[in-house]
Amino acid sequence: MQSTSRSFKQNAHHALQDATLQRALGNIKTGFQEKRREVIEALPEFEALRDTGRDIKNHTLAHLDFYLERFEENVVAAGGVVHWCRTPAEARETILAICKRRNARTVTKGKSMVAEEIGLNEFLEANAIEPIETDLGEYIIQLRNEPPSHIIAPAIHVTREQIAEDFRRHHTDLDPNRRLEEPRDFTDEARAKLRDRYFQADVGITGANFLIAETGSTVIVTNEGNGDMTQLLGKAHVVVASLEKVVPTLDDAATILRLLARSATGQEMSVYTTFSTGPRRAADLDGPEEFHVVLIDNGRSAMLGTEFQDMLRCIRCAACMNHCPVYAAVGGHAYGWVYPGPMGAVLTPSLIGVEEAGHLPNASTFCGRCESVCPMRIPLPKMMRHYRTREYERGLTPGTVRAGLSLWSFLATRPALYRFVTGMAARVLGAFGRRAGRFRSLPLAGGWTGVRDMPAPEGKTFHAMWAERRGSGK
Amino acid sequence: MSAARDQILGSIRKSLGRGPIEGEAAATLHQRLATPARNLIPARTAGQDTAGLGRQLVAKLGEAACSIDEVTSLDEVPARIAAWLQRENLPARLVQAPALANGLDWTATPTVEVKTGTADGSEDTSVTPVFAAVAETGTLVLLSDAATPTGLNFLPENHIAVVRRSQVVGPLEDVWSRLRAARVEAGGAVGAGMPRTVNLITGPSRTGDIEQRIQMGAHGPRRLHVIVVDD
Repeated sequence: MQSTSRSFKQNAHHALQDATLQRALGNIKTGFQEKRREVIEALPEFEALRDTGRDIKNHTLAHLDFYLERFEENVVAAGGVVHWCRTPAEARETILAICKRRNARTVTKGKSMVAEEIGLNEFLEANAIEPIETDLGEYIIQLRNEPPSHIIAPAIHVTREQIAEDFRRHHTDLDPNRRLEEPRDFTDEARAKLRDRYFQADVGITGANFLIAETGSTVIVTNEGNGDMTQLLGKAHVVVASLEKVVPTLDDAATILRLLARSATGQEMSVYTTFSTGPRRAADLDGPEEFHVVLIDNGRSAMLGTEFQDMLRCIRCAACMNHCPVYAAVGGHAYGWVYPGPMGAVLTPSLIGVEEAGHLPNASTFCGRCESVCPMRIPLPKMMRHYRTREYERGLTPGTVRAGLSLWSFLATRPALYRFVTGMAARVLGAFGRRAGRFRSLPLAGGWTGVRDMPAPEGKTFHAMWAERRGSGK
Repeated sequence: MSAARDQILGSIRKSLGRGPIEGEAAATLHQRLATPARNLIPARTAGQDTAGLGRQLVAKLGEAACSIDEVTSLDEVPARIAAWLQRENLPARLVQAPALANGLDWTATPTVEVKTGTADGSEDTSVTPVFAAVAETGTLVLLSDAATPTGLNFLPENHIAVVRRSQVVGPLEDVWSRLRAARVEAGGAVGAGMPRTVNLITGPSRTGDIEQRIQMGAHGPRRLHVIVVDD
């Protein structure tokens, strides 16, 4: 997928002005945050499980080569194939070769962020193979020809009215005057439309939430059952997964499953958690004849041993973006690539480079909510700070910001001067703003006062008050 | 092996600043896979007897939007299913898993049309056994097999699952223990020998993709009816 992360600032600006988008984003708070809080309050062990989950992933990453080799051995023992791919191009060619060997005209797809990462749909279309997204959200954005804006709710930016237009435009065989108002209407129509496509598909492609080294199984977690229909009815099941999805045992997967659905949708378990091991057995009445795992590196192995290794613990639950004030304000498309929100702000520059995505680590207030809700305890703000440092060191930071930072460091390293300047500023602004209590505009602060007033300082600086308190022994 | 494979493994080792894991270190890791240890397990189901686990299961199934029936013997199941189909206003026909063909006697319910096999998408209702049921979360565990095809779990609009009380376990880890024991019994090596598909199912299919409002029956069954049988 072509990134527009370079223009994050313009993207964000447009998003803030988009009334429809703002209405759609309003659902996040009740939809995700409250459900997560309730389900976590019902599990006293949740915090301890976060530690365990973190430790499992750290252990796996420290022995990643070993566990991937065991995973492959067990996939092969079950009659499947592992295809190792260094780059998105290798992965695309591998998948195309499988499709061509089966003379595939259509492929159904379960939701996969890695498939987005490697730009699979465009590539298949260019090779005369029709990819059909089957997750309802993914289906909607495929009709709209848009990328997902959220990693577990890809169409969260779209309103019912917009979906109604899309369905009427694409489902032209149906009564144009049919009712499309209640969520039920949309679900039923998509269910009926996609039913036939599952049976037509030659190949079913899914992602993976886990790979199990112990058994050679791949695991998907869904609520709709679309990923299951995709792999059940396709003649071949192709799993697209990145390296870091592997965990050692079924028990390790059980632990992380307790964290995943709770952190994602606020469920104790998602409706369908499915372990797939090899192709259908000789006596089975259904299931795919072939089982392929396309194992993709695309920059992960190079993240090991760096200050960004912790990011590879990510289980893609989306809790960080569901609790991020920046994501809630601008939505996912502003981030300009596959992964939005705080996890995207760290992962995107790791995968496509800080030159391309250097803006994203700046899209944070460092409020720390992302880290506080991350089930794998990934220190997201710390890693964003590392990227800001890199951006600065490579001279990618704009001149005005550099000048501002220089001025700040000049003052901050001279305490007496700092106290004098801030004391003066507080007195001057306090005097000018006394009557209104706020400023509607200020020189050099248009970015702030353009959308809200600046409160006028009242009294002394923090430093001055702190010194007084300590002097009086309070 | 492929150049890509070697290069990826080499890149991992280079980043981690070491060579391949060998000797004692490798033996320790092999042991971790051969005899998997349990991690922290929530206390929720600890120390519960069969009756307690059954109550917990029923409560959790309800939370997951399943409907539940409890009967004292397998003989009652066909009549209960017939009554449920009528109550839900559903057609009196269904497809049952081959595994149930000898267990369920439909002769007393002649109004219900019963076929045996997998689903082809035309059926309204399926009836399947389960391998286990997890009381911790109200999760049913179904394995693919010649006698328990996976299509039955997904294609019909209504899925009826028959759970025997002896199949109810506390945490998910108990399912793994039973699965590993069944494999060893069948002569399968630990690590291999998983069925093609292990489905953990917690409630009927649903989606929140339209403005985050939950709708049942996205692609899989709209209704999941669980019959718990004493044994």
